[in-house]
Amino acid sequence: MRRRTDVLTTLFFFVIVVSLFPLGVGTEKQILRILGPGVVWVAALLASMLALERLFAADHEDGTLEQMLLTPQPLSLLVLAKVTAHWLLTGLPLVIVAPLIGLQYHLSETAQIAMMLSLLVGTPILSLIGAIGAALTLGLRGGGILLSLLILPLYIPVLVYGAGAVTVSVIDFADTQPYFSLLGAFLLLALIFSPLAAAAALRISME
Amino acid sequence: MKLFRFSSPATFYPLAGKLIPSFAVVATATILVGLYWGFFETPDKLGGTNPQKEYYRIIFIHVPAAWMSMWIYLVLAAYSAIGLVFNTRLSFMLANAAAPTGAIFTFLALWTGAFWGRPSWGTWWDWDPRLTSELILFFLYIGYIALHSAIDDPRRADKASALLAIVGLVMLPVIFWSINCPDPNQCAALHQRSSMSQMEPNILWSMLIMTFGLWMYSFVAIFMRLRSIILDREADTTWVKELIAQEKR
Repeated sequence: MRRRTDVLTTLFFFVIVVSLFPLGVGTEKQILRILGPGVVWVAALLASMLALERLFAADHEDGTLEQMLLTPQPLSLLVLAKVTAHWLLTGLPLVIVAPLIGLQYHLSETAQIAMMLSLLVGTPILSLIGAIGAALTLGLRGGGILLSLLILPLYIPVLVYGAGAVTVSVIDFADTQPYFSLLGAFLLLALIFSPLAAAAALRISME
Repeated sequence: MKLFRFSSPATFYPLAGKLIPSFAVVATATILVGLYWGFFETPDKLGGTNPQKEYYRIIFIHVPAAWMSMWIYLVLAAYSAIGLVFNTRLSFMLANAAAPTGAIFTFLALWTGAFWGRPSWGTWWDWDPRLTSELILFFLYIGYIALHSAIDDPRRADKASALLAIVGLVMLPVIFWSINCPDPNQCAALHQRSSMSQMEPNILWSMLIMTFGLWMYSFVAIFMRLRSIILDREADTTWVKELIAQEKR
């Protein structure tokens, strides 16, 4: 993540994928309103996954990663810091641009708020889980496509509850509470366990 | 310690070879008994709220395969954990050998489920929670196999895929308890809360016998694959070379 284009490509990938769907399935308002939450969430999954490939790659190439393994600080803490930085550059922009996407899909105001909130809680989980996959596939040929195979199945619960929150918010915003509680629980669990798992994976990959 | 005598590939290879025939005999016998019992000694209809005709008998393959798919994943993850903790090569090899069998059982459960769903629910596929989570399990197996085969260095491949298997373990409770759908109106629950207790004892027994048979079959398949993996990985050691020399004679 040392170039401006790295941030922009992820963001525009997200915008382009989301914009393609209405062209494929038709532009009727009714259909778009139903499809919107799911499409935005799937696009967010794919965008965050594309960006993951570069999470450790540059540090691996120039040897910084080896130095990190040698530092006295716990590796999981360093991983958490890297993931946080990564999320700020690739996850947060998606959250910020989400209302614009919502306009394309004729989502109501409450649905827009629900979408922003669910992405705000959900995308860090994606980055955290993805870090494990990125560490496992470090330096492998065809790592990117392999990464998607490993990580996408683990993303499914986040997708279900993230998109579910937006869908439910269209009917009644009060009903979204269980969805947000579950997403929050996932986030806490991921915050605790995935830096540890990713650190272990890095040690395996760097052996 | 005697317990650990067979934890080396060189000693386990002949043991597995000796065990395979007995497991094969038990597997064949129990599967035959289970299938006979299931097909000829059970009522023609599955009772309960949704009576089903003869086609319900696919249950004797479908349910045991689904159970085995989850059980084998648990075994795979357990051996992965043992391998990571104690750094034993054989545990990784066992986990490796178990993965294809587990994947096949998962596929079999999905496939037979589609054939069962067509006549009874009028659909090949539905996004029922159990069905979806079984599909996720299938993806987990595929991911494990793909990661292992993508890494050239066998030590790294073993450890990396073992870690992945343990991470994937978080999905197993979701799959297992996905039948307890909180609100039947919200999810198209084809697999309702377990109805084991209301099941006809004959049906239940033949299902359990079939599960045992498939379990024994898994031993045969996994041990056979394990023996190939051991030979492949230990090809440079003296005991394998001696074995090959003996075979040639």
